[in-house]
Amino acid sequence: MATPFIQMQGIVKRFPGVIANDQVDLTIYPGEIHALLGENGSGKSTLMSVLDGLYQPNAGRIIIDGEEHKFGSPRDAIACGIGMIHQHFKLVEPFTVAENITMGAKNGDFWLSTEKIKQEIIGFGAKYGLHVNPNAYVWQLSVGEKQRVEILRILYQGSRLLIMDEPTAVLTPPETAELFSNLRRMTEQGCAVIFITHKLNEVMELADRVTVLRAGRVTGSMERSQLNPNQLVQLMVGRDLAGRSKPIQTELGPVVLNVDQIEVLNDMGRLGLRALSLSLREGEILGLAGVTGNGQRELAEAICGLRHIEKGSIHLHGEDITNLNPSAILDQGVSYVPEDRLGMGLVPDLTIIENLLLKNYQQPKYSGRWLLHAKAIEENAAALVEKYNVKTPSLHQPVKILSGGNLQRLLLAREIATIPRLMIVVYPARGLDIGATNDIHQLLLDLKANHTAILLISEDLDELVALSDRIGVLFDGRLAGEFPANEVDLDELGLLMAGSGQTNGGEPNAI
Amino acid sequence: MPFSWEKRLTPSKFMLLAVPCIALLLSLLFCGVFLLITGRDPVEIYVAMISGALGSTYGLSETIVKAIPLMLCGLGISVAFRMQLWNIGAEGQLYVGALAATWLPLTFPALPAWVMLPLMVCLGMAGGALWAFVPGILRARWQVNEIITTLMLNYIGILWVSYLVYGPWRDPKGLNFPLTAQFPDAAILPFWGTSRIHIGLLLALAIVAFLYVLFNNSRWGYELKVIGSSPKAARYAGMNITRNICLAMLLSGAICGLAGMTEVSGIIGRLQPGLSPGYGYTGIIIAWLGQLNPLAIVIMSFLFGALQVGGYMVQTLGVPAAVASMIQGSILFFVIGAEILTRYRISYTGCKGGRSDRE
Repeated sequence: MATPFIQMQGIVKRFPGVIANDQVDLTIYPGEIHALLGENGSGKSTLMSVLDGLYQPNAGRIIIDGEEHKFGSPRDAIACGIGMIHQHFKLVEPFTVAENITMGAKNGDFWLSTEKIKQEIIGFGAKYGLHVNPNAYVWQLSVGEKQRVEILRILYQGSRLLIMDEPTAVLTPPETAELFSNLRRMTEQGCAVIFITHKLNEVMELADRVTVLRAGRVTGSMERSQLNPNQLVQLMVGRDLAGRSKPIQTELGPVVLNVDQIEVLNDMGRLGLRALSLSLREGEILGLAGVTGNGQRELAEAICGLRHIEKGSIHLHGEDITNLNPSAILDQGVSYVPEDRLGMGLVPDLTIIENLLLKNYQQPKYSGRWLLHAKAIEENAAALVEKYNVKTPSLHQPVKILSGGNLQRLLLAREIATIPRLMIVVYPARGLDIGATNDIHQLLLDLKANHTAILLISEDLDELVALSDRIGVLFDGRLAGEFPANEVDLDELGLLMAGSGQTNGGEPNAI
Repeated sequence: MPFSWEKRLTPSKFMLLAVPCIALLLSLLFCGVFLLITGRDPVEIYVAMISGALGSTYGLSETIVKAIPLMLCGLGISVAFRMQLWNIGAEGQLYVGALAATWLPLTFPALPAWVMLPLMVCLGMAGGALWAFVPGILRARWQVNEIITTLMLNYIGILWVSYLVYGPWRDPKGLNFPLTAQFPDAAILPFWGTSRIHIGLLLALAIVAFLYVLFNNSRWGYELKVIGSSPKAARYAGMNITRNICLAMLLSGAICGLAGMTEVSGIIGRLQPGLSPGYGYTGIIIAWLGQLNPLAIVIMSFLFGALQVGGYMVQTLGVPAAVASMIQGSILFFVIGAEILTRYRISYTGCKGGRSDRE
C-alpha cells in the first residue's frame, strides 16, 4: 500500500483513575475508510480527541506525512489537515449554512465575499454529493443535513482526514445510506475517513480497514478481505456471546394499558402526539420504533402523568388514569425508565443508597410519617446492588461516577424492585456496550416472563426485533404502522420511520 | 504552562476542611496589606480584635450575643439554599419577624410572661414565614426569580418597621425619637446573670438539632435534597415540587423571623429602625461557608460574631469597625475562589498542558 498518511505510535492517555489509551498504535493511509470499533468506554473517542488536538497524550507520537507533530489545540490539528465531527454538532443554529461553514476558517480574507463562498460551497457539494442550500438557516435543516454541513465545514478547512464520532447514531436508515455513499465519494477524491462506531453491520458495509479497541488497547487490526463479524465481536468484548437473547413465549394476559386517541403538546407547545392509540397486554412487549423527536418522550411522559393530556384517555387495568398526578400513577404500578438516565432517572449528586430510595421512600418499610429508616434503606440498597451486579466502590458514592452500564443496571434495579404492572422503557441500551446491553435485555425479558407489560421505545431496530412481540412505528406523533415482530420487514420499518412509507392502517403522513 | 488542572473523581475531604482555613489566612493577609497602605499596623489591629472579642468575659459574652441572630439567619437561609432557592431576604424576614412579635406587647402589655413569650416566638416566626412565602409562591407557581423578590422585600420589610416606629407605634413618651415604647418585663426574654446572653441561644441550638435531623434522617429532608439536586428527577419520582418550595420558604423565613423576635425581645427591648446591622446578609456568608451544614453554621456564626465584636473593639484604636466587614467579605471571596481546589487538583504535566478552548 501507499505510504501512511498518519501514524499514531504508543499513545498513552490517562485520566484520574483510568487509563483511557494504553500504548495504542494506529495507521491511516490516504483514501481509506478506517473503522475504529469498540465498546463504549474502550477509548475510541479519547484516541480521536488526541488526534484532533483536544487532548494532549501522556506519551506517544503522532507522525503525519513522515513528520512528527505535537498538537496543542484543534487548531494545530486543522492546520495538519485533520478535522473531527463530534456526536453533538457544533453549529450555530441561527446562522446560515454559509456562515457556519466559513466560521473559524483561517484562509478567508478579512472581508468575506459571500457570493464567492456560496459558489465554493455549491462546488464542494457537487464534487462530493453533499447538497445543501448555503442560504438556509441551520435550524431549518434536518439532522442529516446538519451533518452534511459539518462535513462541508471540515472539507472547506482543507482537511484530508475526516474523523466522525458515531455519525449514524442520529440518522434514519436512508440518511445513513446516503452518508455512506458520500463518504465513499470523498475517499475516491483522496480524503481519508476515520469512522468511530460500535455497530458491526456498518463496519462490514463500509470499512476498508478496521482497528478494534478494548479497554484502551488495540486488540486487532484487519483489512476488508479478512473481516468476519464473529471475530470482530470477540475482539471487541473478549468473550463469546451466547447468541442474541430470544423472547420467551409467554401467555399474553388481559389488557393492561389502553391509550385511546390522546393528544399531547410538546415542549414547544405544538401537538406532540396526534390522536395516538395503542394497547398492551400482560406479559407483552410492544416495541415502538422511530427517530427521536417523533413523540417518544411525550408518549412516555403522558402515560406517567408528567405531561398534560389535552384530549383522549388512558386506562390502566380498566381504570382511568388520565391526568392523574405522577405519584398516583406510580402507585398504580407504572414504572418508567427514562431516556435521560442521569438527571431524571437518577440524581447525579446523590449516593447510590439515596437514588435507590427514590421510588419507595414513602413505603412503611423505609420511612415512618417523619423519619427515614436508615438501616432498612441501606440493606435494601446493598441487596439490589448485589442482585443486579452494579459495580461500585461503595454504596455511599454519588452515582455520577458510575459508568453507563452500571447506571442503567442501577436504574432498572430500582424500577423492577417496585414490581411494576406496566414498565415504560425508553432507549434502554443507548450508549451501552454489548455486555451491558445483553444484561439489560435479559432483565426486560425476565420482567416479561413475570407478566409485566412493557412498552419499549427504541431507535435500535435490532433491539426491537430481538425483544418485542409487536413493533409499531412512531412518526410525527402518530402510530404509523404496527406489525407482529416475526413479520417485520426492516426496510419497510426504515421507510415508515423516515415518514415516507405506506401505513397498513392509515394514509401516508403529511407534514 | 507545565501545570494543568485535573478533575478529581470525588471532592477532596482534606481540601473541604483546608479551604476555609486557607481562605481565612489569605483574607487576613489581604486586609493586612490594605491596613498597611492606610498606615496602620495590621498585627496590632488583629491582636486587638482577637483579644477584644475573646479575651474578656464581656467580649466573649458579646460574641455569643452577636452569634445568636447570625446563627438563626444562617440556619434559616440554609433551608432554602438546600433546595437551590436563593433566599437572600433574611434581613427583611428578620425585620418583619421583629415587627410581628412587637405587636403583641404593644397591644396586650398586661399578658403574663408564660403567655407573652411563646406567643411572641410564634408571631415572630409567622411574620418571617409570611415574608418568605410571598417569593416562595411566586417562584413555585410562576417561576418568578426569588433572588429578586426576596431582595426587594427586604426594603419593604425594613421600611414597614420605619413607618410604624415613626408613625402609629411611636412611643408618645419617647421625646419624638423613632422608637416604640419599652416592652413590659413579661415581654423580655430571660437572660444569664449580668450578661446580655439571652435564652434565644437555646432556641437557636434547638433549631440546629431540629435541622440536623431534618436534613439527615427525615423523609421531608430527603425530598428537599432530591428537589434541590434535580427537580426533574423529583417530579419523575412523584414529589410535589410546588408544595415543597412553599414549605421550604416558609420554614426558612420562620427561622429568620425568629432572629428578629429574639433581637427585639432579648437585646433591644423595643422596636426601632436599624435593629440589625445586616445579620440577614452576613447570614448568607455564614450559610455558604458552613456548606449548609447546621453544625458548621454554629461554628461560623461564633467566628463572625467574634469578628463583629472585634470590629467594634478596634474603634478605640481609631480604626473603623468596617474593617470587620472587609474581612468578612474577603473571607467569602477567597473561599469561593479556593473551592476549585476541592474539585480539581493541580498536576505537573511537563509538556504543553491545559485544556483547549474548544470544549
